[in-house]
Amino acid sequence: MDASLAGFVRALRVAGAQASTAEAIDAARAMALVGFGDRDSLKASLGVVLAKSVEEKIIHDRVFDLYYSLPEAPDDPDEDRPQDSASQDETASERTGDAEVDALLDLAEGQQGRDALDAALRRAAGQAGVDDIRFSSQTSFFVRKILAGMGIAPLEARLLERLGQASAEAQAEAKTLGAARDLLQRQARALVEQRFELFGRPATENFMTEVAVRRPLGRMGPPDIDRMKVAVARMAKRLAAKHSQRRRIRLHGQLDFRRTLRANAGLDGVPVNLSFKHKRRDKPRLVVICDVSSSVAAHVRFLLLFLYALHGTVTDLRSFGFSHRLQDVAAPLETMPFDDAMELILREVGGGATDYGRAWVDLRDQHWDCIDRRTTVLVLGDGRSNQTDPRLDIFAELTERAKRVVWLCNEPPVRWGSGDSCMLQYRPLCTHVTHCASAADLERAIDEALQAYS
Amino acid sequence: MKHAVNPPGLASIDAITAALAEVGYISTRQISTALYLAHHLRKPVLIEGPAGVGKTDLAVSVAKALGFALLRLQCYEGLDDSKALYEWKYGKQLLYTQILKEKIGHLVDASDSLQGAFGKLAGFQDLFFSRDFLEPRPLLQAMEQPGGSVLLIDEVDKSEESFEALLLEVLADYQVTIPEIGTIRAQVPPLVVLTSNNTRELGDALKRRCLHLHIGFPNAGLERRVLRARVPDIAELLLGQLVSFVQSLREENIRKAPSIAESVDWARTLLLLHAQVLDESLVRDTLNVLLKRESDIQEMQGRLAALTQAALAEPNAAQPIGAY
Repeated sequence: MDASLAGFVRALRVAGAQASTAEAIDAARAMALVGFGDRDSLKASLGVVLAKSVEEKIIHDRVFDLYYSLPEAPDDPDEDRPQDSASQDETASERTGDAEVDALLDLAEGQQGRDALDAALRRAAGQAGVDDIRFSSQTSFFVRKILAGMGIAPLEARLLERLGQASAEAQAEAKTLGAARDLLQRQARALVEQRFELFGRPATENFMTEVAVRRPLGRMGPPDIDRMKVAVARMAKRLAAKHSQRRRIRLHGQLDFRRTLRANAGLDGVPVNLSFKHKRRDKPRLVVICDVSSSVAAHVRFLLLFLYALHGTVTDLRSFGFSHRLQDVAAPLETMPFDDAMELILREVGGGATDYGRAWVDLRDQHWDCIDRRTTVLVLGDGRSNQTDPRLDIFAELTERAKRVVWLCNEPPVRWGSGDSCMLQYRPLCTHVTHCASAADLERAIDEALQAYS
Repeated sequence: MKHAVNPPGLASIDAITAALAEVGYISTRQISTALYLAHHLRKPVLIEGPAGVGKTDLAVSVAKALGFALLRLQCYEGLDDSKALYEWKYGKQLLYTQILKEKIGHLVDASDSLQGAFGKLAGFQDLFFSRDFLEPRPLLQAMEQPGGSVLLIDEVDKSEESFEALLLEVLADYQVTIPEIGTIRAQVPPLVVLTSNNTRELGDALKRRCLHLHIGFPNAGLERRVLRARVPDIAELLLGQLVSFVQSLREENIRKAPSIAESVDWARTLLLLHAQVLDESLVRDTLNVLLKRESDIQEMQGRLAALTQAALAEPNAAQPIGAY
């Protein structure tokens, strides 16, 4: 197997596209078949073999372009880089006489062609373990390691020595040596930066996302929100994959007579192989009611983000937002990009003083038909109702009517019941009340809510 | 595998493109590469993409282009091995036992001991569970085609997870095991094409065994070539306007964007109406060919004038198709 392919597969995995060993073997076979002659065909082939979904295709194409390209070092305009044959003849004569230094000079000045330089750089990079880079601050360290691996030490020693001498001849040689050193350094840096893009940045991003998922929602900064978009989309997809399938459960004891007859027709109707009736499990039906008032301002962005992601994955979902009056927010969440949808919802629904009682009244009057005994109602909010009537009677009716009512409260249990919080009054009515402080908590709570259907 | 059939149409990626073009299917490099690898690596191809972009049509066209038999298995909820693999011809078995009752009676009579009668009967079991009484279903049929075949497993996402598991043996080894007869290996491994509309996420085990091809909406150039191949009588000017209208319609905020199948239908509709150029009232009257949802049609009513104007003003709309 081509050594570069192993690195490519690893880069894909780091970037988030799962490629198995079996697929890597297939990729090697495809590569042997298609060859390196046509870049587009190779890219298409590897894409077909290694990437198994639309998202993975996008990742694959990006990683392919990055991985199978030469790292381009920025050209230094002041530098008279020996690139055309005329200057090569000129510089080729000025050799130092030291074999090791001369070899490096040859390489840097392109005496053996660009490919030889690249091969030497890659070899040294492999020895230095550049693919293990995790942070951009490690770049200089790895550049140094690559140069050391290529044997820059004698060249630098000679450079220092010549710089110290005043003769014109020595200065000229120092200039040649310095130029070669700069060039090597630039090339090595470009290579390390490319490797960081491939291996380091995605790994760092994944790590930061993991951290953000566990961070309390109230302390989310604006950069976290961007990261959360990725994490939340992943979470919603995971939940959907786990719960969106309708399952059949075998009911032991209830014979499916027609099926059994048919299955045993070949045995003259003697029922040897029995078929039993199945019961279909319902798909989850969710009604989410989200408090978007100013008292939960710090959480609203995130809660809405989660709702937004759920809309993309859970099919039977109704969502409502309220601060004062309850409104159906499914339409903007389904059709608009997230930032627009959020702005619209906050403008239309948010801002008012919270009134839970009013929200329950609205729910009963306008949307009561979307709640039945198959529905799980998810309430996201702090339960602080500004001293208004919490309308426990309607809430009790709601819990009677729905399959389950799960309340996810962003405040810790010690603060429930303090001030205007009605959490302690609502709590006995709910199927389940849980403190939900971070994205990870939210995922677990929703997972549990959906579990009721399996 | 006994021997692989290597038709000239599968010799190279370009050969596939050319062979498909001959039967009127405009292929992209992605598509041809996937088919090329599928044949040479002996792997099934899983095609995903929105409805109406030519997933099923690809399999049909490949079979036509290569002269292979096409075996089609339409998946649905409740599909099981007796519909997909094979089934015993129960009726025939029963009928034969009835007809042969006398004969069997004679045979058994002839032997004087129980042991002897039993020994004779033992031979008949195999007789009744032999190839003569086997009804091959598409998967088994595909294995038995001597001249090579294209096996199309359509809309595999509509079937249940248990059916995917059934496919694994067939797709990995190209063989079907029948307990009464033994394992039947494919004479020539079929070219397997699975399609999915992604109504549910397919299992990883299946995905990992397949090559994955995603066919999305075509870009303007490709769409023109497809329409030219499918609706050869359409005027150059109208074709350009039509394509740019459909392309911009896909950019709009609608639930079900028109795919290439709808463009072809629309082109045929316009041809039937003897339209020379697009105009707003024409578009309004025929919009239901392109958009299949009432809410989308309502939504677009207000935008039609602007979109039509844009399509007419498109600079390269009037240009003939150059060499591609």
